[in-house]
Amino acid sequence: MTVLFGQLFTGVSIGAVLLLIALGLALTFGQMNVINMAHGEFIMAGAYTTYVLQQTITGAGVSLLVALPVAFLVAGTMGVLLEALLIRRLYARPLDTLLVTWGVSLMLQQLARDVFGSPNVQTRAPELLTGNIGLPGGLTVANNRLFILALALAAVAALTLALRLTPLGRRIRAVVQNRDLAAVSGIATSRVDRTTFFVGSGLAGVAGVALTLLGPIGPTMGTNLIIDAFLVVVVGGIGQLKGSVIVAFALGVLQATGEYLTTLSVAKVMVFVAIVAFLQWRPQGLFTLRTRSLA
Amino acid sequence: MTLFRGRRILAGAMTLVAAVALTACGSKTSDTDTAAGVSADTSGDTVKVGLLNSLSGTMAISEVTVRDAIMLAVEEINAVGGVLGKKVEPVGEDGASDWPTFAEKAEKLISQDRVAAVFGCWTSASRKAVKPVFEKNKALLFYPVQYEGLEQSPYIFYTGATTNQQIVPGLDYLKAQGKKSVYLVGSDYVFPRTANKIIKAYAAANGMTVLGEDYAPLGSTEFGTIVNKVKSSKVDAVFNTLNGDSNVAFFKEYTSAGLTAASMPVVSVSIAEEEVKGIGTQYLADQLTAWNYYQTTPGAANEKFVAAYKAKFGPDKPTSDPMEAAYVSVHLWKAMVEKAGTFEVEKVRAAADGITFEAPEGLVTVDGTTQHIAKTARIGKVGADGLITEVWNSGQPIKPDPYLKSYPWATGLS
Repeated sequence: MTVLFGQLFTGVSIGAVLLLIALGLALTFGQMNVINMAHGEFIMAGAYTTYVLQQTITGAGVSLLVALPVAFLVAGTMGVLLEALLIRRLYARPLDTLLVTWGVSLMLQQLARDVFGSPNVQTRAPELLTGNIGLPGGLTVANNRLFILALALAAVAALTLALRLTPLGRRIRAVVQNRDLAAVSGIATSRVDRTTFFVGSGLAGVAGVALTLLGPIGPTMGTNLIIDAFLVVVVGGIGQLKGSVIVAFALGVLQATGEYLTTLSVAKVMVFVAIVAFLQWRPQGLFTLRTRSLA
Repeated sequence: MTLFRGRRILAGAMTLVAAVALTACGSKTSDTDTAAGVSADTSGDTVKVGLLNSLSGTMAISEVTVRDAIMLAVEEINAVGGVLGKKVEPVGEDGASDWPTFAEKAEKLISQDRVAAVFGCWTSASRKAVKPVFEKNKALLFYPVQYEGLEQSPYIFYTGATTNQQIVPGLDYLKAQGKKSVYLVGSDYVFPRTANKIIKAYAAANGMTVLGEDYAPLGSTEFGTIVNKVKSSKVDAVFNTLNGDSNVAFFKEYTSAGLTAASMPVVSVSIAEEEVKGIGTQYLADQLTAWNYYQTTPGAANEKFVAAYKAKFGPDKPTSDPMEAAYVSVHLWKAMVEKAGTFEVEKVRAAADGITFEAPEGLVTVDGTTQHIAKTARIGKVGADGLITEVWNSGQPIKPDPYLKSYPWATGLS
């Protein structure tokens, strides 16, 4: 029973990590159809931001809290620069965008290597997040995992509310549903694109901050994550957030259960097989956006 | 314009070819000319040695320090006149934590740079990748890291511990502490898998039970499930053969799950002082390690080594077992070459048996048959200052036994 609960919690927390790294991508890839291979490097930028802040601010707790908004701004700004300098010239040319952003990701990795050195760096976690909460029956829940779960849910909630309620959110949804009609209605689509990219990339930065609580910070950390992030968005379905949310947690639990019953490598294979089978059945992903757009 | 540029490239290529041809001619005067393979270029005032370590990727955290230690030894040797009157010129290559890259760079060091010996490699996967390259070219590799044993290449000198100098003493220690069950956690490649095979054979013969065995891909940072399995198995101790950055994620998860050295100690065989610094002492307090050397090991030779290392690379840089073994390997190579009176590989190998060196870990002796060295085993405990202090040692250097021939329980392993 204890084990079952522990595994369920592990699965949910893997799902929370997947959700955090995929959320920004769900926005840029899902809503704008831009395949941004440098998304993983924005996560890396967020992680290094935490590291730099911890070097300057001594308190681990304070620096982590400060890192959340700062990493959002840093990664978001990088996203806007990428959008303004490269991607906006390549809209509707997905293959070129893929190659260009992949090149950018390699350059960013090398930049990180030059600035911070090849060996990975570490941050200290605040005392509050290193322990665990004991529940009756010998159950324990790790604080850092709880924090990441809360952060992921908060990010989803904030994003959903922003998309539903704010004028900007309405404009974003309008552009997603029908770009031409939105433009005709007087929406500055290019400005909306840039804002979307800022928010999507910024969320990658926030994911980077969260990941410092779990593992090391290194120049290549982004490449390990980008595939998982794309999987979540593709399986979840493009143009909707709820698909990504459900798929992130489902994959997390599937991974944890598979790993418990077999081994880590076999579990990874199981997850991939499940995804391939699912996409055979529903190539469009879990949820699709129904529009009257002809495209 | 394009034509003109094309010509310039052609001219450049011609110059390069000519240069290579000239170097090849120069080698005629070198003192070796074995039938197969490329001989070292020792015609000039200097002799080149190859340094092959990962300076990038997941292994860089560990291997960069080994590179530094080799550089220190090279400098020391040059300061006292080099080897056989020739200054040692290091040629560095980055293995990039990628095994095919290691093989490629090894080939380059041997064939193009014509080095007299190569120092480096860390993971067994990288050693296995370069082994055929060294054997084909009849060139020498000095391998400075503890490994899983069951290997004895004529062209490799193993200056780190083999299993009977590290893992077996580690298990002996756990047994003496009354630990009856262990859980094996390792990275998914040759060293942990072979080491765990040995551990299981040992456990079966010594009344210990192995309650579980799990592997994570190299570089993996998701240990939620593994830690959960370890915790629910309620074992007495964990034997950890994880390598590189995975250790960071594993110990963060381990601590978060409320497991400590007091409740369930972890014996690690790939965590030395440098890794302790990287993982953070808050996650490693009082956990155990099995090595042959610690920065705190007493003795004049170690004091000198630590002082020289800190003077060169910074006062906050710790020294560790693989660094010490790498540092020792360069000095052992010098002693072998000087005993042989030549850089010729076969003669250097023949001269190796019985070479001793007053190493920071204590006196080490080269065993010519196995090409391993006799070393003292030491179990240590991680302190709050990030240094490891010895809690037990084997008393005297243990003779290397890579195939565990002197252990009855190990029959059938090799």
